[in-house]
Amino acid sequence: MDITVESLTFWVCALIVLGGAFGVIWSRNPVHSALSLVATLFGVAVLFLNQNAQLLAAVQVIVYTGAIVVLILFVLMLLGVDRDEDIDDEPLIGQRTLAAVAAVALFGVVFGVFVIGGAGIVTGTPNCADGQIVTSGSPYEPGCDPVNPQLATVTDSPNINQIGRVLFTDFAFAFEITAALLTIAVVAAVVLARRPKDVAPIPEPADLGYENVDDIEEPA
Amino acid sequence: MSGSSLTTGYLVLSAMLFALGAFGLLRRRNPLVMLMCVELMLNAVNLTFVTFGRMLNDITGQVIVFFVLVVAAAEVVVGLGLIVAIARRRPGATADDIRVLRG
Repeated sequence: MDITVESLTFWVCALIVLGGAFGVIWSRNPVHSALSLVATLFGVAVLFLNQNAQLLAAVQVIVYTGAIVVLILFVLMLLGVDRDEDIDDEPLIGQRTLAAVAAVALFGVVFGVFVIGGAGIVTGTPNCADGQIVTSGSPYEPGCDPVNPQLATVTDSPNINQIGRVLFTDFAFAFEITAALLTIAVVAAVVLARRPKDVAPIPEPADLGYENVDDIEEPA
Repeated sequence: MSGSSLTTGYLVLSAMLFALGAFGLLRRRNPLVMLMCVELMLNAVNLTFVTFGRMLNDITGQVIVFFVLVVAAAEVVVGLGLIVAIARRRPGATADDIRVLRG
């Protein structure tokens, strides 16, 4: 593969993204996990920029690293749960093995579909100028011109104009529903975070005379 | 469209990110870290959407990523609210302890 600016950026950011993901999973301290998550999200934002998704890159930095991670860190500090977790503790026998097997299987399935099957079998190949779907040849480089004036893409206008046009025409209803979802989420957060009047700590199983959680019987 | 092998690279990277997030979600027991792993998986899917959108020369992929971002924000808000409500009654609760919270 020839070295271009795009490929160089891709490889550097891929390292940052995967390193951050490993940091999220293997940090014993949740604060370190949150900071590793910032690295991953920044890497993904640069990868968005690398693929001409400028608006999404900005939104990724502002919403994810600016709001969501700060919110997570805020809750971490508020609850004081920023102490180290014993990640070698394994109360469910074989949980780690099964998790690894499930993750490898997931990766294998997605990898198999994307790489062996070719990405074209997921998305179909782009519409050609004459309206015919090309099913032969490389899925990435179809034999005909993929640019179709009937598609939503207007390639000569800026990224944000294209997104705005599609967002407020084809996806206008979804946009309204999303607004309602955000309102509901805010109300839910207020209701959940409201301190009840008669808050009583739930007793530990040991205080009730049980050896462990599994001995507690369900009420009939 | 330059770098068709790079397109495969983006897809493989997002598959790896998704698998790592799934592993963390299944492995870790701290609810906050599990929430972060869900964010990892959502970001992997976002990267796939943008890659496919560029591959097909179609802006709809980026618009859907926009909606995923909004839903992820709502999910984090509700999830953190639940975590705060649980941790207030039982500090240091892990995902295993949540099943004893009834009513």
